[in-house]
Amino acid sequence: MAESIKDKVSIVGMGCTKFGENWEWSVEDMVVEAVYEAYEDTGVGPEAIEAAWVGTAYSGSGGSILSDILKLHDIPITRVENFCATGMEAFRNACYAVAAGVYDTVLAVGVEKLKDSGLQGLPDSMVRPVFGVGRTAPGCFALIASRYFEKYGIGKETLAKIAVKNHKNGALNPKAHFQREITVEQVLKAPIIAWPLGLFDCCPTTDGAAAAVITRKNLAKKFKENHIPVKALALSVSSMWPQFRPGFDYLGFSANVSASQNAYQQAGIKDPLKELDIAEVHDCFTITELIIYEDLGFCPKGEAKRFIDDGVFELNGELAVNADGGLKSFGHPIGASGLRMIYEVYKQLQGKAGKRQIKNARLGMAHNLGGTPQVCCITILGTP
Amino acid sequence: MIGIKSMGAYVPLFRLNRAEFARAWRGGSIGGEKAVANYDEDSLTMATEAGLNCLAAMAPGDVGGLFFASTTPPYSEKSSSSILASVLDLKKEVLTMDVTDSLRSATSALLMAMNSVNQGSMEEALIVAADCRLGMASSDFEQIFGDASAALVVGKSNLLATFEGMYSLTDPFIDVWRKEGESFVNTWEDRFVKLYGFSRVIEDGMQNLLKKYELTPADFAKVIIPAPDGRSHQDVLKRFGLKPPQVQDPLLSTVGNAGAAHAFLMLASALEEAKAGDRILLANYGDGCDLLILRATDLVEKRRDQIGWKRFLNSKSPLDNYEKYITLKGEIEKEPPRRPPFDTSLPTLWRDRKSVLSLYGGKCKKCGTAHFPLQRICFGCRSKDHFEEVRLVGKKAELFTFTKDNLFASIDPPMVMSVVEIEGGFRIYCQMTDRNPDQVKVGMPVEMTFRKLHEARGLNNYFWKCRPVRSEGGGKNG
Repeated sequence: MAESIKDKVSIVGMGCTKFGENWEWSVEDMVVEAVYEAYEDTGVGPEAIEAAWVGTAYSGSGGSILSDILKLHDIPITRVENFCATGMEAFRNACYAVAAGVYDTVLAVGVEKLKDSGLQGLPDSMVRPVFGVGRTAPGCFALIASRYFEKYGIGKETLAKIAVKNHKNGALNPKAHFQREITVEQVLKAPIIAWPLGLFDCCPTTDGAAAAVITRKNLAKKFKENHIPVKALALSVSSMWPQFRPGFDYLGFSANVSASQNAYQQAGIKDPLKELDIAEVHDCFTITELIIYEDLGFCPKGEAKRFIDDGVFELNGELAVNADGGLKSFGHPIGASGLRMIYEVYKQLQGKAGKRQIKNARLGMAHNLGGTPQVCCITILGTP
Repeated sequence: MIGIKSMGAYVPLFRLNRAEFARAWRGGSIGGEKAVANYDEDSLTMATEAGLNCLAAMAPGDVGGLFFASTTPPYSEKSSSSILASVLDLKKEVLTMDVTDSLRSATSALLMAMNSVNQGSMEEALIVAADCRLGMASSDFEQIFGDASAALVVGKSNLLATFEGMYSLTDPFIDVWRKEGESFVNTWEDRFVKLYGFSRVIEDGMQNLLKKYELTPADFAKVIIPAPDGRSHQDVLKRFGLKPPQVQDPLLSTVGNAGAAHAFLMLASALEEAKAGDRILLANYGDGCDLLILRATDLVEKRRDQIGWKRFLNSKSPLDNYEKYITLKGEIEKEPPRRPPFDTSLPTLWRDRKSVLSLYGGKCKKCGTAHFPLQRICFGCRSKDHFEEVRLVGKKAELFTFTKDNLFASIDPPMVMSVVEIEGGFRIYCQMTDRNPDQVKVGMPVEMTFRKLHEARGLNNYFWKCRPVRSEGGGKNG
């Protein structure tokens, strides 16, 4: 049996820009802001970086995105892309390279500039000219909501509570795109984007970047006492076209289930609801967060409503989900989101999350979902 | 003996009450309503409906010729019949031909097809006529023209009606015309056009036909005269002393003048009501005229339900208003949604043609898992290239899940994106058309329909959509 990544690598520094409509910032500006915050947090400069990975879906090609901006010349730099899980995929690949013993200290960066396109929603890339034309990101997840509503008899009010919770958390976060609380009534009255999902069921399109410096765990103390070791990394990829997949039930995503079970096994987690102190999950749409509760074993299948009504996932609940405000408050700059989630877990485990700080946070998860949906990437972090 | 073996017809779901024209232009209305093709329909897509309807109503035969008749083919260079043949899943050796530019094209194609079948060069021939002509805003044509399609199979066995005679003439008279690149049909001052066009030519043709076969107007049980307008129709009936029971409803107050498709549309209507032994006169006007004598057989009474076009006539949905009408017709330029432009790729469409045009899926020969579009490796058991190809047209289908998407760039939002489960376990993710968004429900029965998705790089991207089942009951779907 192959070894797991548990306790082999640690994060020793992170940076994250303000997320939002960053009209005054280019890709270059955002990468510099995020990476130099990470350098400062690590206490090193660019000379310490031996290799780098950059995740972006639409904001550049090739490793030269980083070499051009950061002047990291003549070292290995790789651009990765895995749908909306692109950011965490950059982190995952960086971790494995360090664990392999090939490099001591590496950089993982996620960046996305969505607002320059002038489009509503995400850009679209033609795969085949007619199959699935009409597909949009909210539309894909609305298909899940329609079926889930039909099967379990819940309605938009339950989803609205997720949006309200995440906005409430985001209001405490100076880096969030939206820092404003909303009400259930506002959510229910908002214009419909893709029925049954309304405006507040959807995360906004946003610009942002985040970065991490990773080193071997046994070297991490050289950088800082409160380095954050990686306890698990998992990735599952399923069908690109679940909508055509025979028998797909639209009630959950197999990639979520397989990746989370794999991650729990690596980290030795038996009951995630009890053992995890914080979970940053991919709430691109409110229905997605609901499905994630069930797929990741935070609650039994079909019972999310009860857990939501009981406030289990609130900031002061049994398991704080999206303490930083989630995609709902941060938006979803594709390449940046995975690293932004890791940034929050990292800060919480260090006790540096300010007004959002969860008491005695010792074990946290970041969950990045990609596609329509078919890609699930999970990172579990702990304390040293 | 040759004759008509099967008939089918199609009328789009939407109807516009002509009072809307009067409201929009503060003018008069000629009364009734007209059929309006949806934004994703054109003459080719409407032809697929009538063609499928026609072929479904007959025992499997051997269609050796496919004629597409229209004055509004989607391409000026690129035959519609070749695409139509794939959508109808006809054999590749079928002779395909587009007969265009004349309102008389359907009966001209019919006469050619009869010759071919008579001479034995083909066993059966399918003629599909479809038109969606545009009249200029506020014109009479805008009110009169309707959109529809109709199809018939010429054959030698199991006939609904036999051919007993014909007379045809050509005439250089210009009453309607449209030049390359123009959208709207032009005409001349109407007194001259009506007297010297339709009335003169039809009268000339009818007299010659009656003389040739030594018949009088009273010898016909039904007379089918597709006239450009109600007044011209009445004038001809009066001129030949035709009695009301002999007159086939011209469908002008329900469908409108459906151009090249109109004669077949009236014929489908006539055969649904005909009695065995009825002698029927089928006239058609345009750049001359064609006149055919038909005799209904015993089978017509047994098979009249199979013609089944009434489900399309009777299931309908009113268009809200004139503004909606000109939006569907693309006559106004709306601010485009801030979404990426559509794209296409000919090589991809070519490779996918069996799924895109003919709607074939694959059933794994080992584990039975159903796939659409066609795959190389089975989802169920990972068998490689081990599929039985299955045509999904006409199979029972229901809506598995859906969304009403306002983000997608649609001419008629919201786009109802649908996951359809087709008998056998096939899943198709596609757009829903001809729907009332308020009535879309998980589990509702749907049927597949061939439509124009969008244009990209000057090409029409055609593919299948689903729609609520259009039933005889009508009215509830739209």
